[in-house]
Amino acid sequence: METLSSQTVQDQRTVQDQKFVVQLENAKKLYTMGNQTVAALGGINVGFKKGSFWAIMGFSGSGKSTMMNIIGCLDRLTSGRYLFQGKDISGHGDDALSDIRLKHLGFIFQSFNLIPQLTVQRNIELPLYYLGWDANKSAAHARDLAAMVGLEDRLTHRPAELSGGQMQRVAIARALATNPDLILADEPTGNLDSKTSQQIMELLTTFHNAGKTIIMVTHESHIADYAGSRLYMKDGHIERTEGN
Amino acid sequence: MLKIKFFRELASGIQTLMLHKLRSLLTMLGVVFGVGSVVAMLAVGEGASMEALEQIRKLGSNNIIISSVKSMDEETSSTTRSFISIYGLTYQDHERIQESFSTVKKNVPVKLMRKASRLGKRSLDLRVVGTSPQWFEVIPRTLLGGRSLNQTDMERKSAVVVLTEFGARKLLAGMNTIGQSIRIGGDSFEVVGIIKNETGQAGTIQIPDKDIDAYVPVTTAKTYFGDVTMKISSGSRLSEKVELHQIIVQVDTLSNVEPSALAIERMLTLFHKKKDYQINVPLALLKQAEATKRTFNIVLGSIAGISLLVGGIGIMNIMLASVTERIREIGIRRAIGARRRQIIIQFLIEAVVLSTVGGFIGIALGITIPWFITLFAKMPTVITPTGILLPLFVSIGIGIIFGLYPAARAARVDPIIALRHE
Repeated sequence: METLSSQTVQDQRTVQDQKFVVQLENAKKLYTMGNQTVAALGGINVGFKKGSFWAIMGFSGSGKSTMMNIIGCLDRLTSGRYLFQGKDISGHGDDALSDIRLKHLGFIFQSFNLIPQLTVQRNIELPLYYLGWDANKSAAHARDLAAMVGLEDRLTHRPAELSGGQMQRVAIARALATNPDLILADEPTGNLDSKTSQQIMELLTTFHNAGKTIIMVTHESHIADYAGSRLYMKDGHIERTEGN
Repeated sequence: MLKIKFFRELASGIQTLMLHKLRSLLTMLGVVFGVGSVVAMLAVGEGASMEALEQIRKLGSNNIIISSVKSMDEETSSTTRSFISIYGLTYQDHERIQESFSTVKKNVPVKLMRKASRLGKRSLDLRVVGTSPQWFEVIPRTLLGGRSLNQTDMERKSAVVVLTEFGARKLLAGMNTIGQSIRIGGDSFEVVGIIKNETGQAGTIQIPDKDIDAYVPVTTAKTYFGDVTMKISSGSRLSEKVELHQIIVQVDTLSNVEPSALAIERMLTLFHKKKDYQINVPLALLKQAEATKRTFNIVLGSIAGISLLVGGIGIMNIMLASVTERIREIGIRRAIGARRRQIIIQFLIEAVVLSTVGGFIGIALGITIPWFITLFAKMPTVITPTGILLPLFVSIGIGIIFGLYPAARAARVDPIIALRHE
């Protein structure tokens, strides 16, 4: 794993474009509240390499959630450039961003965000459904994914019938369904007890070891320790980065 | 890529609605009653107008009926002290119509007289209809036995008569019917045929047939009974001379009916000093009846439309509530990668499923109601394919129209805010 300062990102960009999953260049996100303008991101330069596992840390209001939303294509920059796999997507419209989320990103949330009326299997299949997969093919794939996270016997259950840890496993299976280039985890253990948190983090580590790129937001340092690299945010800027 | 799997979307919509069965059912009620009332009202309206139209059609839509009427000034005039009043259509009028108009296909003279008839001890007051063989063609009537009148009867002025089913039963009961000789007035007539007559009232026109009709050749009627009839009213005698009581004209095509009626009227004005005739056009009545029906349908349609509108608003209301309730689900779907259009389709399908299922239940209800109306109120009701398909399509349309706004609201949801929603 490599740590990149904002300076090295710019220096190496031209040669190593293809190695980066996500690059932000002078990324600014401004909010106007009344007559005041608040910079949630104040011109950030950062790159996340393929195969890395990052933890983004910081207090609330530090801009880490905004950065996650930007990287997750749920929000757009006010100015600056966002390169996804070397391609500038700052100007992309809503449909194009939806397609990037669908094909290239997998989300894991603090509150699991499963759809309550759907079974475990249907929840895992959801992205495949939007990809237009054939019903039999996606059902088989969902069963494989459920087995991978150890829930093969819970396929017909609804989220309400599962424990927190099980729900997060379903969410992980769903995030992996489309074989995404980047997994975004927003406080994945925030609603779990320490033992379950450990299991979930071990599961994520397994996928990281298998080659997945993961960016995780957390405020717990022992959770952040699972990640190879750490990025500290403060007041819309990168305070420092560390890692091995 | 964006291939929308409609049936899966439909199945998942139905599944979602089934989670709240009672709520879905209550949401549908507005459309159920709306569609039910449309179907029922159309059936009742269609039944009523069908009956009226059927009567008018019996008169023949290609026909023009010219009748003799005693003009008003004739009756009230104090100068006319004559004992005999002469009015109405003449044999000459009949011939003129025949000669002057190429559009006229059939031209039937009708001479009406009241005559007593007898056979053995049985007697019956007949309305003798002196006419031509074409009488039996301008309005189709079923021949029950024997034959109708023919050209030879006309030329020979034969004393032959065609009775109605009713007359035959009254006069000839239990006897050898065809070929039987009966007395009409003072003369002997041979029964050559029996027909099934059409009776009833069509708007303002009396269907020409009566149960007590007896049809004889017009030439025979003129020879045997003459043109003068005598009426005894309040002690004084009143004689009338009417040559023909009616002329029934059949025109070649529908489009020629009204122009021909106008032309005949113009011609008659030339030869009649007073307006002692009246022209009735069943087609005009038919058009009038259809216009009435249209008005009726528009009124019913508006009322039913309002109830459907209320049903639609009910669906929109629940769908809006559903969007708010499921805002998190929308956020999840958007984050996973669903496009706005796919969210719109999801919610739109739910609204359309609600309104369509409501429409089907409404149709079932709407078919049952007319059945009860016919059973208990003895009113005719007719359920036409249009009467079912129209409300069905309208209910589907209602689902689309009133589902669109909630669906668009759902699609506009910001996924970041939606995901933060508790």
